[in-house]
Amino acid sequence: MLLRTVLRRTGYALLTMLLASLLVFTALQALPGDLATQLLGRDATPSAVAQLRATLHLDRPAWRRYLDWLGAALHGDFGRSLVSHQAVLHEAGRYLRNTALLAAIVVVAGITLSLALGVIAGVLRDRWPDFTISGLSLIGMSVPEFTVSTLLVLVFAVRLGWFPAVVTDGPDASVGELMRVIWLPAAALTIVMAAYVIRMMRTSVIDVMGSEYVTAARIRGLSGTRVLFRHALPNALLPTLNVIAINIAWLVGGVVVVESIFNYPGIGTLMLRAVHDRDLPVLQFIAVLGAATFVVCNLLADLAATWLNPRLRTPGRAA
Amino acid sequence: MSANAPAARRTYRLFRSSPSMLVGLVLVALNAVVALTAPLLAPFSPIQTDALAAIEGPSGAHLLGTDQLGRDVLSRVLYGGRYALLISLTATVLAVGIGTVLGCLAAYRRGWFDEALSRVLDAVLSVPAILALLVVVTVLGAGAPVIVLAATVVYCPAVIRVVRAAAFGIVGLDYVTAARARGEGFRPTMVREIWPNILDVVMVEFAMRASWIVLLVSSLSFLGFGADPPTPDWGLMVSENRTMMTVVPSATLGPIVALASLIVGLNLAADGIAKARGIDRIGGGLR
Repeated sequence: MLLRTVLRRTGYALLTMLLASLLVFTALQALPGDLATQLLGRDATPSAVAQLRATLHLDRPAWRRYLDWLGAALHGDFGRSLVSHQAVLHEAGRYLRNTALLAAIVVVAGITLSLALGVIAGVLRDRWPDFTISGLSLIGMSVPEFTVSTLLVLVFAVRLGWFPAVVTDGPDASVGELMRVIWLPAAALTIVMAAYVIRMMRTSVIDVMGSEYVTAARIRGLSGTRVLFRHALPNALLPTLNVIAINIAWLVGGVVVVESIFNYPGIGTLMLRAVHDRDLPVLQFIAVLGAATFVVCNLLADLAATWLNPRLRTPGRAA
Repeated sequence: MSANAPAARRTYRLFRSSPSMLVGLVLVALNAVVALTAPLLAPFSPIQTDALAAIEGPSGAHLLGTDQLGRDVLSRVLYGGRYALLISLTATVLAVGIGTVLGCLAAYRRGWFDEALSRVLDAVLSVPAILALLVVVTVLGAGAPVIVLAATVVYCPAVIRVVRAAAFGIVGLDYVTAARARGEGFRPTMVREIWPNILDVVMVEFAMRASWIVLLVSSLSFLGFGADPPTPDWGLMVSENRTMMTVVPSATLGPIVALASLIVGLNLAADGIAKARGIDRIGGGLR
């Protein structure tokens, strides 16, 4: 039964990926006018336009181009950048490494921080620590990433001078070099991400602490910390898993804004450059990559929830 | 006593049970009023440049200082919500409106329609909002209608899901079955039987989506794909005035505080309505 659930979920995830790539492809096809003429400019010679049309296979029907793209993509070939003429995967890979480093720091810091604060707020409900944490997280989710980043720069780069305001390293900078400049972008993303998870964790802790089995554990005379950590938290974590997954996927979007502010050489900066240059193959790859991140995170959260909660293992007996 | 006294009392009780909602609605209303009456409130023109008064700190004449082109920051902050509010409101009405109808239809029809819709929604939801908008902007340009349309498409799926879930239980109830047995079609059933029962959920959705769409639209303006340069817009102002942050911090902080007040207001309102009507808001919190 467990195997069937896993297979069904994975099947849906693959279908979603396929549809998402089709959507992105269709959106990019909606480009008004002739792509080749737009890329080369009005003064291009007809032979140059014809040549570019042939290279981009614009003479083929759209469904055929999608299947060609899909077939090549499954073999790891996402085409070539229209600007640098390098393979998209190779080009994006250099930036992707830097984003992965940033994301790793944000995910670890964000989850630790938000779970801890969420539990504190939930346990000390309606007392001052809760009001402080809840108030700050409401503000955290109410200000866009660009304002959080701007305020961080104002305080920590301009006033205190602890960190540089912009990153000057290129995409091929070493991890050591990046580790010196990564902290402000990481902090901006962590703050916005943590705000949502804190709220979810707080609600979830309050729900579980009010449940009968926790009261029963208390009546049995177990210590407060034991009740909290052994009995309440495992269950409180379940609904939070999904929110964490969605937030990790959201990072892909937040990263675009934050990286552009700090000029951090990651996938977001690359995407904005692709938007400016109308570098469609790069844009298409990044959009599909974003969708893939979302789908994979959700799938993992689903599977983890199934694994942690026996009631979800069989669809027929779901609570 | 007039006939609507019970409604007034109910409203009063709703506000008293959740003061944060009152604060939220006041913040939103304040932003709306300022946006509407900006021409009366602003001491200067928001786009009139004055090279002699460029980059000045706060003073009696310019309470929040001036920007690089000598424009009065306070006037620009007062006008600054217009673009974001207009675009966000239109997109939210469209997203929540279309989402409500499709969500009810999915719950009402079920079967293959529901299944096919779910798969498409999963796919749309899987592309992060800002990535989807950037793709659309690359292809169609950054005009206001394009952004409204794109934001609608991006946020509609989440509304459909939430409304579908809320309507699903109601469609199975006896009075809906009775209406269908009477031979009533989808429209009358939805308007008379389903809609009154999901109104709360739709209200919460509206406030919540509005806050996210404002966030998204401002972020786009900040990145240079929203409001065009002379337009006074909070997102755009932050990106323009950021470079002179050391000299005139108020020129950057002004639009940030204004934007935050609007979004905090929308979030408080959404929280308040959800709490007062017992809706699990965070559980449905898909971005």
